[in-house]
Amino acid sequence: MSEPGDLGDIVRPYADPPPGHVSDSRLERVLRSGRFAVTAELNPPDSADPSDVFDAARPLGEVADALNATDASGANCHMSSIGICALLTRAGYGTVYQISCRDRNRIAIQGDVLGAAAMGVRNVLCLTGDGVGTGDQPGARPVFDFDSISLVRTIRTMRDEGVFLSGRKITRPPRMFIGAAENPCIEPREWRPERLAKKVEAGADFIQTNYIFDLPVFEKFMARVRDLGLHERVFILPGVGPLASAKAARWMRSNVPGIHIPDAVIERMEKAAKPAEEGKRICIELIQQIRDVAGVAGVHVMAYRREHQVSEIILESGVLAGRRPRRRVVGQAQ
Amino acid sequence: MYRVRLFAIRKARSFEWLYRRLEAVMVACDPLFRRIGYNRVERPVAFVERITKGFLFDCRMCGQCVLSSTGMSCPMNCPKQLRNGPCGGVRPGGFCEVIPEMKCVWTLAWQGAARMKGGDKIREVLPPVDRSLQGSSSWLRVSREKAAKLREAREAGRTALAQAFPNARVIEPASAPLAEEPRRATTGDTRK
Repeated sequence: MSEPGDLGDIVRPYADPPPGHVSDSRLERVLRSGRFAVTAELNPPDSADPSDVFDAARPLGEVADALNATDASGANCHMSSIGICALLTRAGYGTVYQISCRDRNRIAIQGDVLGAAAMGVRNVLCLTGDGVGTGDQPGARPVFDFDSISLVRTIRTMRDEGVFLSGRKITRPPRMFIGAAENPCIEPREWRPERLAKKVEAGADFIQTNYIFDLPVFEKFMARVRDLGLHERVFILPGVGPLASAKAARWMRSNVPGIHIPDAVIERMEKAAKPAEEGKRICIELIQQIRDVAGVAGVHVMAYRREHQVSEIILESGVLAGRRPRRRVVGQAQ
Repeated sequence: MYRVRLFAIRKARSFEWLYRRLEAVMVACDPLFRRIGYNRVERPVAFVERITKGFLFDCRMCGQCVLSSTGMSCPMNCPKQLRNGPCGGVRPGGFCEVIPEMKCVWTLAWQGAARMKGGDKIREVLPPVDRSLQGSSSWLRVSREKAAKLREAREAGRTALAQAFPNARVIEPASAPLAEEPRRATTGDTRK
């Protein structure tokens, strides 16, 4: 049997959060200190080899404060979010454990939250999840025991009250920085800020949004968010990402749920001589414009199959100006 | 029926009124239900509820009706059965992500709520559905809950009285009773 002290070599010791914080998450520290935060989405491997996880993380780790490990996004089966987070956390990355309500019921989810916290995961993103019909196994049974908002409230109850939803006591509560998603450019647009208010009320600490390609729509959304005073109660990280080509953009728009790309953006991609470069250019411009919108705390980069561009995009956008360059994390599987 | 459901949401304000009246009637019936036994009335009431609400709202008998907090749009018709929607997958024109030819249940809910007097209730965070209540009568549940609340409020009055005269209660217990009174022990008529 190993002594408790030995555990420090294997996992992060279970520390209480610093004063004024709800977790000892790096992302939370960055956000609360007022620095512009960057999170990036990691493309989960279809493999059981840990080195594939570290390969996927390497191009993102340089600029991102935390990496989001998606939970079977689009209802397609990949390596689990909790597995990826456990590996990356041990290698020193900040991770965001994504939970979709589609695949697991309340018993599984609450247990997994404790498991993730024990593995050192400090951020969690609560999602409803796409329907099973969009994925590679449409015959699966959709669960949806929780919705994203009741999930946020459940994890907050576990963290702050130290009990499961059943009222049973948790001896060491999961000190998680709780996130939720929002999709400002999708209908019903007039009610999106109101629903965000519900997420904040439920207990969300930070918000990552789906892709923002339509700045005027996003600005209108943020104006209402500021009217409701939500930007002072929650950290908002709008989602951005480089498009690969006009064709890919069109495909995304019609096949991936919840994506809104204005025609003007697709036209610009169409006219470009080097579409991939243009996609990157558009992404950088969007990040710079989004940064200047009042109430924005950071940016969430989702560069599916364009992970190699993420570092350049973030560095060229200049949003990290004045921040100490991140120490390269090793994370090289032997 | 989809079209009746859409009609009910368009007329959310009228249905809200109707529902409030119904609720008052159900609460008033609580003593009767208690006398017959809630267990005995469960089946017949659930039957009537299933027929009526099934026709009007495409009710799925979740047993935890929240129609007045969801713009009279039944959230169990959402393929993801969200209790705090809409999700982020709503299609252009406000159509459902999973069933593209159906209007998003939650887009309709927010529209319905905007027409209602107590529409602000939609801003409240609702808990996940208790699946063990599936098929039971929500009307009876509301009647029980509201009646219990009323009783509780009455109890609170008695407790306050007993606490205001603590010594009297010790010397003469009957002067400030706290234990629950059997029905026949109280007439409700104070002029006797």
